[in-house]
Amino acid sequence: MGLDLRVAAEHGLDPATASGYDTHPPRMGFFTDTSVCIGCKACEVACKEWNAIPEDGLTFTGMSYDNTVGLGADTWRHVAFVEQPRRLGRQETHLADVELPAAVTAQAAGRTAVSLGMPESRPPDGHPHPVRDMEFRWLMSSDVCKHCTHAACLDVCPTGSLFRTEFGTVVVQEDICNGCGYCVPACPYGVIDQRRDDGRVWKCTLCYDRLSVGQEPACAKSCPTDSIQFGELTELRERAETRVRRLHDQGVADARLYGADPGDGVGGTGAFFLLLDEPEVYGLPPDPVVTTRDLPAMWRRVAVAAAGLLVGLVGVTVIGGGR
Amino acid sequence: MNRTDVRLDGAPGLPAGREAVVGSAGRWRRRQRGERLMVPKAEFRSYYGLPVLNAPTWRAADIAGYLFLGGLAGASSTLGAAAELAGRPRLAAGLKVGAAGALGGSLYALIHDLGRPERFLNMLRVFKPSSPMSVGSWLLAGYGPLAGLAAGSQVTGLLPRLGRFGTAGAALLGPAVAAYTAALIADTAVPTWHEAYRELPALFVGSAAASAGGLGLLVAPAGEAGPARRAAVLGTAVELVAARRMDRRLGLVAEPLREGAGGWLLRAGRAFGIGGAVLAVAGRRSRTATALAGAAFLAGAVCTRFGFFTAGVASARDPMYTVTPQRERLAEKEAPR
Repeated sequence: MGLDLRVAAEHGLDPATASGYDTHPPRMGFFTDTSVCIGCKACEVACKEWNAIPEDGLTFTGMSYDNTVGLGADTWRHVAFVEQPRRLGRQETHLADVELPAAVTAQAAGRTAVSLGMPESRPPDGHPHPVRDMEFRWLMSSDVCKHCTHAACLDVCPTGSLFRTEFGTVVVQEDICNGCGYCVPACPYGVIDQRRDDGRVWKCTLCYDRLSVGQEPACAKSCPTDSIQFGELTELRERAETRVRRLHDQGVADARLYGADPGDGVGGTGAFFLLLDEPEVYGLPPDPVVTTRDLPAMWRRVAVAAAGLLVGLVGVTVIGGGR
Repeated sequence: MNRTDVRLDGAPGLPAGREAVVGSAGRWRRRQRGERLMVPKAEFRSYYGLPVLNAPTWRAADIAGYLFLGGLAGASSTLGAAAELAGRPRLAAGLKVGAAGALGGSLYALIHDLGRPERFLNMLRVFKPSSPMSVGSWLLAGYGPLAGLAAGSQVTGLLPRLGRFGTAGAALLGPAVAAYTAALIADTAVPTWHEAYRELPALFVGSAAASAGGLGLLVAPAGEAGPARRAAVLGTAVELVAARRMDRRLGLVAEPLREGAGGWLLRAGRAFGIGGAVLAVAGRRSRTATALAGAAFLAGAVCTRFGFFTAGVASARDPMYTVTPQRERLAEKEAPR
């Protein structure tokens, strides 16, 4: 299937068409605009609620406000929180040095106070005076399965449990999955994972059940700022281009699209992002490639090696004569 | 299809938040001070040092164990059939029975590793060349009964013609069983496994030949051990050359092959292989030395398979091995422009 997809992509075919759907709805996807994400985690909650995903540990990680850690079998939306000592576009932080009480300074006995990253703020008094080295920005981004055009998980699934839907998304059929776990290391984004007590693998379905009845996915529905936008992929890509141009015009030079390019290593993703820093800062691979791209070369080398083994083993038996 | 709740830009009732332009308030500065970082830029950046990939869920005992047993079974079937043709019946018998035993162990490990073992037959639900595991399942489905037939007929003496058919069939499919596992683990996003795909088939068939030769040295009487000795030494040589080339080509992602538990196991594998070869050649007249050499070849193959498996898992757990090579790839793409 995967190999067919690559041929199909060269002809500009939709993945659903390439997967054999004669008639199908347009390809649907997510545009996650992280520049307006406020880190409320409504998407995480809505996803868990709608899809009845079990609880997967209540821990405090110390990684900003992120106690979800990452995508996995029981986390299909994950909000990343990145704290950085730099400004967001032209934004003023309105943070000012706090004058320490004399007693505290005396106690410090000559040692210099060190910024702990989140300095105490002073309400703007009409004359904001930003202080050097107190700039701060908080990047938040809701990560999700990318629903790749060339999906490695789908390519390597030996049972046919993973399949391409008519919406061009990638979904696991849980009544077929036998928990071989091949899709887990195949995913270049670290999305799909095995649920330990259950044995099968789970990931975002792009709310296949909701899409089928004309509803938008639960995360997009619950997003209060429309950071998660759901729609037809072609329209979302246009919208994202406009948005990134607008942000550049306004001085947010860091804004960039991730996964929107059909020429990338996975043929573009069904869920793509507007990021404000390099992808790896959000835990995303900077240049993901579908592993099955190299599979034809692997099979050729395997065939040569197998033939070599056959010839070699027969050879060592024949050449020795009677010894 | 407009049943889904797609809202076009500019439609009434659009939440204002979507259009918010963050970072546009404030004074314009020609140089973005935001580009300056408080700490010097590290070699690579990551999200709290967390891995980008989800590490394989495979248990080392099962899957690395299968890599060893599958290689042993496949190569033993071929070497056994060749030995039978060359008139070395006891070497052939030992290898055929050994292959069936290793096959049994393989099937146990593969099914045991499934999250839903009772659904193992779903592996034969479809045939997908894009999935080495699917190809492997069908290979084993073909090879298994043939190897079973060869060993069963050998042990019981019944159905000699079917036994010969099984021996020949298993001998032809054996090399494929031994070699496909290279594609199986290379066809993942795990940096060290994937990047090694060029040399891995040679490494794995070399290791398979060495282990089959090792088994042959253990089971064959002195007069029949020649092919097993040569197979083991040649296999070890192929394995060492492939490992060397892999190490030189891979760059950063070769690190897990040298460091940690994976590196230790791989070094032990090479030491066992070289030691076994020296012992097998120098001690060819001694039954004890030959048996010890056989055991060393088998131990070496076990170490090599577990070592390569462990190194790959380590490379998936460290974001550096995912991010840095991809960054370098991007830099290369952009360089000519």
